[in-house]
Amino acid sequence: MENNVVLTMRGISMTFPGVKALDNVDFTLRKGEIHALMGENGAGKSTLIKCLTGINAFEAGEIHVDGIDGAVVNHSTLDAQKKGISTVYQEVNLCPNLSVAENLFIGREPVTRFGAIDWKTMVKKSQKIVNDLDMKVDVTQNLEEYSLAMQQMIAIARAVDMDCKVLILDEPTSSLDDNEVEKLFGLMRRLRDQGVGIIFVTHFLEQVYAVCDRITVLRNGQLVGEYPIAELPRVKLVAAMMGKDFDDLAAIKTDETKDFTNAPIEIEAKGLSHAGTIKPFDLVIHKGEVVGLTGLLGSGRSELARVIYGADKAQTGTLKVNGKEAKINAPIDAMQLGMGLLPDDRKAEGIIEDLSIRENIILALQAKRGMFRLLSMSEQNRIADEYIKVLQVKTPSRETLIKQLSGGNQQKVILGRWLATNPDFLILDEPTRGIDVGTKTEIQKLVLQLAEEGKSIIFISSEIEEMLRTCSKMEVLRDGAKVGEITENLTQENVMKAIAGGGSNE
Amino acid sequence: MKRKKMNSNTLLLFITIALFVVMYAAGCIIYGSKGFSHFQTFLNLLITNSGLLCVAAGMTCVMLTGGIDISVGALIAMDCMFLAVGIDRWGWNSIVLCVLVLVIGLVFGSVMGFLVGYLQIQPFIVSMAGMFFARGMTAVISTDQVSISSGLFKTIASIKIYMPFNIGAYTNSKGVLQVPYIRVHVLIALVVLVVIFLMLRYTKFGRSLYAVGGNEVSATMMGLDVKKTKMKAYMLSSFLCSIGGICYCMNTLTGSVQQATGLEMDAISSAVIGGTLLTGGVGNVIGSFFGVLINGTISTLVKTNGKLLSSWSNIAVAALLCFFIVLQSVFALIKARRK
Amino acid sequence: MSNIKKLTSKRLFLPIFCMILVMMVNIVYDVANGNFALNFFTISIRNGVLYGRLIDVLNRGSEVAILAIGMTLVVSASAGTDISVGSVMSLSACMCCMLLAGYGVSSTNDLAVPLIVGILGGLAIACVCGTFNGFLVAYLGVQPMVATLILYSAARAIGLLLCNNLIVYVRNDAYKIFGSYLGFIPTPIVIAAICILIMALLLKFTALGLYVQSVGINKKASRIAGLNSSRIILICYIICGLCAGIAGIVSSSRIYSADSNNIGLNYEMDAILAVALGGNSLGGGKFSLAGSIIGAYTIQAITTTMYAMGVSTSVAPVFKAIIVIIIVAIQAPPFREYLRKRSVQRATVAKGVH
Repeated sequence: MENNVVLTMRGISMTFPGVKALDNVDFTLRKGEIHALMGENGAGKSTLIKCLTGINAFEAGEIHVDGIDGAVVNHSTLDAQKKGISTVYQEVNLCPNLSVAENLFIGREPVTRFGAIDWKTMVKKSQKIVNDLDMKVDVTQNLEEYSLAMQQMIAIARAVDMDCKVLILDEPTSSLDDNEVEKLFGLMRRLRDQGVGIIFVTHFLEQVYAVCDRITVLRNGQLVGEYPIAELPRVKLVAAMMGKDFDDLAAIKTDETKDFTNAPIEIEAKGLSHAGTIKPFDLVIHKGEVVGLTGLLGSGRSELARVIYGADKAQTGTLKVNGKEAKINAPIDAMQLGMGLLPDDRKAEGIIEDLSIRENIILALQAKRGMFRLLSMSEQNRIADEYIKVLQVKTPSRETLIKQLSGGNQQKVILGRWLATNPDFLILDEPTRGIDVGTKTEIQKLVLQLAEEGKSIIFISSEIEEMLRTCSKMEVLRDGAKVGEITENLTQENVMKAIAGGGSNE
Repeated sequence: MKRKKMNSNTLLLFITIALFVVMYAAGCIIYGSKGFSHFQTFLNLLITNSGLLCVAAGMTCVMLTGGIDISVGALIAMDCMFLAVGIDRWGWNSIVLCVLVLVIGLVFGSVMGFLVGYLQIQPFIVSMAGMFFARGMTAVISTDQVSISSGLFKTIASIKIYMPFNIGAYTNSKGVLQVPYIRVHVLIALVVLVVIFLMLRYTKFGRSLYAVGGNEVSATMMGLDVKKTKMKAYMLSSFLCSIGGICYCMNTLTGSVQQATGLEMDAISSAVIGGTLLTGGVGNVIGSFFGVLINGTISTLVKTNGKLLSSWSNIAVAALLCFFIVLQSVFALIKARRK
Repeated sequence: MSNIKKLTSKRLFLPIFCMILVMMVNIVYDVANGNFALNFFTISIRNGVLYGRLIDVLNRGSEVAILAIGMTLVVSASAGTDISVGSVMSLSACMCCMLLAGYGVSSTNDLAVPLIVGILGGLAIACVCGTFNGFLVAYLGVQPMVATLILYSAARAIGLLLCNNLIVYVRNDAYKIFGSYLGFIPTPIVIAAICILIMALLLKFTALGLYVQSVGINKKASRIAGLNSSRIILICYIICGLCAGIAGIVSSSRIYSADSNNIGLNYEMDAILAVALGGNSLGGGKFSLAGSIIGAYTIQAITTTMYAMGVSTSVAPVFKAIIVIIIVAIQAPPFREYLRKRSVQRATVAKGVH
């Protein structure tokens, strides 16, 4: 064992019913490094983490932690924590109804001589912890008063204060904007310098290269390899994750931007707004056009789309669909006008998890038809089979519950739900989030194909490259307002500039 | 340091307290002639509701974890019946009986707690079964109405503790000085309240109740034993309920199968009126204390009026409950919208 | 072994299994007492009407079966229970009898208003109650149990007010019919059958079932997919209220009076139990109406069996409680997990021996 190693996992194996989730995987973490754990969905990243933190029991292999003799087996996250292994998840695992101080100290509160909780000391200590990490927080306030990013950092502060040697960050950046991500990275670097070993699980390649020292890649439950960051350029990383060189991404690039000014107008919004989320905006979308909405998270890109669709009801302004003024009070009104919305939060707003694929696919179409015109079973089966085939959903049968599918396949089913309604105008909000690279490409191809068929599309993605490939026009948003529109010279640089804004000195 | 912002939960508590004060003041003005304004009326509120106070304290703890315990009314009936039959028919020692009642409460609570905590069965179903069981066992002990006619228990129950320095004393129409008094069970109930208040604020167990109610997954992740905490919460509730049963019995000195029916709803509505959220994680025994007082004031007002049907007090409590529930959900909606 | 597993994993396994268990107990009991073994199933005609323990179960179980219909929908759509149904039953009975007898009249032989007005009045107020519950749950986001707690405590009191604190008797043959016999069949059985049939048809020929389950599983996603989630939840509560109203009138017609304090007492418990016994998750989502209905009659069968065995009315709840706990404990995921682990262990031990 090298002497600066804090964690070694050797030959870890585990099976889920029917699936070998981990097969003889090794992993090594050194002191003071940020170590990215990469792999596509189903590669075994989360399973490995869960084996480490005691949520899953592994069948074979050994874990060694620096400073502990013999093999370590954790039976619960608490167990792991006691051995210096802490985890911070994307969904913050703190209690919103308790104060920040309590969240930092729960389970290990300082007590007075009489065994009562010593609130004074607790508040003092907590304030010192957050001050040391350069966070502007009043620890006596309830946690729910703070932003998600701040809550996440508080969770990290808690982990660090509990003397952790190994800090696991599981997709912590998925719901943060760039500014917040940068703050988080600052914190990570600071901890690295203090000697904490950090395991960083993420889908964002850029972030890996921005902050990590080393990468371990998994594929299909097996170890592909461990690389220092300098030795693994981006292309090679993708290749390692996919198990092949991947040129498909290049193949779908649009040759030239089409001119849509003469095409019929599908959607025309004037002064639409929703209090608190999006300021009044104008937008014109032509038939067959793919319009990208870009901006930082929280800039209002999702909100703009939601207002058009009626998911959030517009409070001012008018919307014309096909030249006719439309009154949209709820999503169903928008659907009757031929719209569809693929929401960004697949789990919360997309899938109906306990229903079958068939039911998930026909749901929107059935809703459009109304309660009393039930689709016959044979028709339901036909529609479901059709979209399972068209979208290449990998499933044993159409009666499989959607929750049993992988993220990418779930996303395809939701897409199928909208395609089944034969929409003229589709809003795709982060359709590629959290799914593997292969499916991402398929979805981008599909978007272009749909546009070819004359459907209008709003495409929202945090990955600018994706949008450059698919969109013919980009709307730029900042702080809940539409600040610009790029129709020519769609390049990464131009878009970035527009997002950042002219006045910014960064 | 800047002043701490008042959040909606504190506001709810203030509304509750203000409501009680206004209601009581209104009662004093309208029914002053019927003796409502005497200090004794207030003390009677405590005397008649001492059992409910204990139960509400326990209910608050369970509700903090996001659960509910509807077995309390039946458990009180069982306790009272056990005490009454034990003292009056079997001639057992009162103290032994009281200890037994408490032990029964603990066992009863631990079974329910095990089912809720470790087997993850819905609290409502479990405590509903508990309610059936306790009510049935009451009938197994005896189906008669049994009164406690003698013994140490009755002696203690009939002790009057007069207010020191004649606080609130008045001379009645016959010219006799009436010094307001409370009874032993009021003291018991108040001690319970203070202990539970301190427990919730200053012990790890108390804080873990809040944590479990705030977010169960998080609580587990932060190293709390959620299952055990839940089990303990139900044990505590049943234990406090047994103390409440003793207080209740001291007040009524009878045991009958139909006793304390609907008491669970009084306890729940008191807690809700006192600002405890049924979703868990927010609440306090101070609120529940005022909730009980409001409940009691309403029925006293209806009784003092004399002409109104007793159903009116049920309806008034329900209306109040409705008001607070709507208020809570409006606050929650505003909070969600702000995000 | 695998066949058994397949069988036990079927949705309707639990309710049918319980039903069979209760019947077996009856057979054993009858044999042990030297009676005819199939006493429980024997149906005869006495005094021109059907008679037998099975008929008694079907008859007495009607109210719970009707309530179970509405409760199933409510549980599925809102992941919560409507605990006000028992009180609403009482309120609807009071309203109906008050209208039929006239306000303040304690006993009558003649109807003050046409029968249909009284019935509709009773059902209408039940629907209003359902709407109130539904509004709180669907539009204000109140937890179902809390929202229905309000009417749980208020509905009975309102009923008492309507009846001016009296037990109102309507000794009229036309009113009595709902609780007695239609020809030779007990009317409650017919009413329950009609209600079940209507609901079954609704589920078969409309998208109600899909809508309710979809909303119950994911309210937000259902809204995005074009469903009016709130309205669907509201509809479920109104249906539940209506069912409670029907059950209340049947209940009151049996005793041709409106006894506010006793009609529908503890029925909410039985209805919830029926849903749970039917293999439906009380956490909402997927549901099986057939399961709930079987569950409802099973509960009645348990009660009837206990009475037949000489258990007194007031002690019966003890056994009911124990049965409930056993049933839900068997269903509980941690318990199943424990069993699974044990069977795996046993399998490995067995392998080790060879």
